Amino acid sequence: MMAVLSAVLMLAGGVFCFVAAVGMLRLPDTIIRMHAATKAGALGAGLMFLSLACFYVELSTTLRAFAAILFLLITAPVAAHLIGRAAYCTRVRLWDRTRIDELAFTCDWNEPESED
Amino acid sequence: MGMEDQLVQIAAQITLVLLTLAILIAFVRLFIGPDQADRIVALDLISVLIVAYLAVLCVYTGQKAFLDVAIAYALIAFLGTVALARFRERLAKERGGSENRDAEESS
Repeated sequence: MMAVLSAVLMLAGGVFCFVAAVGMLRLPDTIIRMHAATKAGALGAGLMFLSLACFYVELSTTLRAFAAILFLLITAPVAAHLIGRAAYCTRVRLWDRTRIDELAFTCDWNEPESED
Repeated sequence: MGMEDQLVQIAAQITLVLLTLAILIAFVRLFIGPDQADRIVALDLISVLIVAYLAVLCVYTGQKAFLDVAIAYALIAFLGTVALARFRERLAKERGGSENRDAEESS
């Protein structure tokens, strides 16, 4: 029974990782691509580790798998935030159908100081 | 019991094929990415996919050492992503302004 659950979780994780890669290729913008890459990538890898924890039902291996899931869930938003801030503050080209740019006046440290 | 193990093996094989295709597609983005930030995002995705690959290999081969490899690789990949993002930000700050959106706004 745990083996069936493990197989299902593993296939779901594989599909998530594949969808993340397809979104990486097809989405129009760096920021939108980052959405696909970090969110679906972390979810896919987390499902893989959950499948591993269901496959080996032992204390040491399962604990390490859950530690890996926790580590992924902590580090993925931090890395995404850093990449997103670096990309936005270096004025990466946005999608031409972007309507709302809520960060438009926050990253002005590389502007010339002649505005005010 | 053998039946279920065989099921897990087949699922692991299908997942390994899917992950290989995903890494290849992410390499396409790494190659054609118009901006440097696109390449950093693609590298981040590739490192997460390699961590998932190692987790599947741990089930597929039965070697539990692959789990430790996956955890260590996740740590190093996170450090690498952070270093690349900081480097990109500092490079842009030293250059003062940048290349992409200023041209559109001024025109």
